[in-house]
Amino acid sequence: MLIDAWNYILTHPTQFWRALGVHISLSASALLIAALVCIPTGIAVARRSSLSLAVVNVANVGRTLPSLAVLALVMPLLGTGFAPALFALTLIALPPIVTHTITAMRGVDADAIDAALGMGMTRAGLLWKVELPMALPVIFAGLRTAAVQVISGAVLAAFIGGGGLGDFITAGIAMMAVPQLLVGAIPVALLALGTDFLFGALQRRMTPQGLRA
Amino acid sequence: MTWFLRNWTDVALALWQHVAISLTALSIAFALSLAIGIVAARREKLYGAVMTLSGILYTIPTLAFLAFLIPVVGLGRTNAIITMVAFSLMILIRSVATGIREVPAEVIDAARGMGMNPGQIMRRIELPLALPLIVAGLRVSAVTVISVTVVAAYVNAGGLGTLIFNGIASDHPAKIWAGALTVCALAVVVDLLLALTERKLKRQRAG
Repeated sequence: MLIDAWNYILTHPTQFWRALGVHISLSASALLIAALVCIPTGIAVARRSSLSLAVVNVANVGRTLPSLAVLALVMPLLGTGFAPALFALTLIALPPIVTHTITAMRGVDADAIDAALGMGMTRAGLLWKVELPMALPVIFAGLRTAAVQVISGAVLAAFIGGGGLGDFITAGIAMMAVPQLLVGAIPVALLALGTDFLFGALQRRMTPQGLRA
Repeated sequence: MTWFLRNWTDVALALWQHVAISLTALSIAFALSLAIGIVAARREKLYGAVMTLSGILYTIPTLAFLAFLIPVVGLGRTNAIITMVAFSLMILIRSVATGIREVPAEVIDAARGMGMNPGQIMRRIELPLALPLIVAGLRVSAVTVISVTVVAAYVNAGGLGTLIFNGIASDHPAKIWAGALTVCALAVVVDLLLALTERKLKRQRAG
């Protein structure tokens, strides 16, 4: 079975690499857009308790919505293809990043902030030199969760014509062709595990020396 | 909306199937996790190994996992339930084990001093005190399982995902709306109910 799957890749190299490319670009773009929206938003609202609470509550509701339902709801509105899939995946990536950013910023040690202000740091200096470095590990945990969710979600994007490795799985299920099914399933599983591992390693790297256990 | 009103029995049937499959998977996963969590909670190395393994199962994309099982168990509900159980193990085992680990050592000492045996301590002290965390784990995994069930419709497991897939295949937006919005509502309601339970338990603990 595995050999058949390998042979399938060898005989269909263009399809395989294109699907892998679409899968990665879809996931990476969704994650990037979500990060660019959520991290600044999270930093901006973190100071205000009631606003933070409101954003976190909305995000928590968003988090419970099944990925496939989000993708399916986007389809009647925006149609099929790469762009609607990207839109849906970005929506899926928002909640973990924004909640982690808010938690991270609110979790920065108040004494450290006091000390920095006492040393005469400006607001910008405080943000860049104290708050962000201390918040970074938790923000990265959010990015890690979002990245894995987006890669899983991108498999489902095949259902709304978004392309990616899910195409092999759906075709494999439709024709009950096991090798083709594995051509989609194995790389996507490795992609998810690899991403999780990579973000985990980055997260440890990002932890400031003084905060490491 | 008119489609929904004319076909609400179909939607209700799909909702019922969805709840039944999710509940079956959740019960199996909970029973397994309770056993594994109790055994692994106080054994550092075993706990690490269990977390790594269940973490890998949790990270594999749902559709890929369903696909891996097709050569083994074929299409259908068994496949879906195995996938959901595999998917919820990490969250549930972690919540059981963390709940047990956070019971203060003095409390256990006191129980032992009163002559309780390890079994009694587990049943009457550790598990009741771990309950709020266990419910928190159940909440996350219930929502996860509901979400996996949607995808599992693709391997003929039934449920609300069937409406979504039929809607996509026949280009019938009303079916997609009915399936997707009902499953979103289900997830939000279940999350809310378990969140309220969790809060109530925590408050009881506090006084």
